[in-house]
Amino acid sequence: MASTTITPTRMVLNQLKGRLKTARRGHKLLKDKRDELMRQFMDIIKRNKELRTKVEEGLTGAYSSLQVASSIMSPEMLEQSLMYPRQSVELGMTYKNIMSVNVPIYSFRTKNDDPSEIYPYGFAQTSGELDDALEKLAVVFNDMLELAQVEKTMQLLAEEIEKTRRRVNALEYVMIPELETNIKYISMKLEENENATKVRLLKVKEMVLQDAHHYKQ
Amino acid sequence: MLKIAVIGGRETVMGFKALGLDVFPVSGADEARKVLRSATGEGSEYAIIYIEENLTRELGREIDKFKDVPTPAIILIPGREGSTGLGMNALRAAVERAVGTNILDE
Repeated sequence: MASTTITPTRMVLNQLKGRLKTARRGHKLLKDKRDELMRQFMDIIKRNKELRTKVEEGLTGAYSSLQVASSIMSPEMLEQSLMYPRQSVELGMTYKNIMSVNVPIYSFRTKNDDPSEIYPYGFAQTSGELDDALEKLAVVFNDMLELAQVEKTMQLLAEEIEKTRRRVNALEYVMIPELETNIKYISMKLEENENATKVRLLKVKEMVLQDAHHYKQ
Repeated sequence: MLKIAVIGGRETVMGFKALGLDVFPVSGADEARKVLRSATGEGSEYAIIYIEENLTRELGREIDKFKDVPTPAIILIPGREGSTGLGMNALRAAVERAVGTNILDE
């Protein structure tokens, strides 16, 4: 491990102690971040699931109305009726910051606010089922827009959670234990050196005393 | 101003045309891939792309590329035949990625 390459000096020991302190604090902060992200994520996936179910149901309904309309009208007629939309959608986007993840917020404006203005055709030649289908579609579209926002938020949060979780684990299971072993290694080495020095001094003292006084202990 | 695209079979996208969205009728996965590439290309104005579920089976990699970037949002919608559960599966996969285990179906 890394302990073979470190030099057992007091300076390195102090450096490692500083790094351990930072790593511990970082670990705690990242763990808090992960927990908070997770809490938000839970709310979002719940909402996402609801919306998806709603949108899927709504779209299926709209499609079946459209199906009925297309069986009543000729395909050319149907296509012609829908070809030139009277409605247009403008989409605006801003960002919201959730725990340093930038998630999009969509806002949209339709050109025609009047809901009865969405039909891009005259009523004389088209069937009522088509009106019905378009109305359903217009309703479900609001949910679709929210779904887009929620789903994107969910994806971005999922990525951030994964990243944070990896960091927390790397700190907890690799970085901090490694620093701890290195610190232990250095302090033991230093202690050993200290003992060696002490013994050497005692020995020297003995030799000096013997030399000066011909004194034997 | 940003725009919204809908990619799918002719019958699926027809209705969205009337709502004023930009629709791209496609007949197969290859065509969908082309449209998706041009809609997500450099300088594209599309912020949301709705794509029919059954076209996405072969476009997994193309779609996954955009999972970690803020725009565009690529959202699966059911096609004419009703929901195939692919959209829910994508949700499940994301949850699994974040949490490590599936907590949706309890």
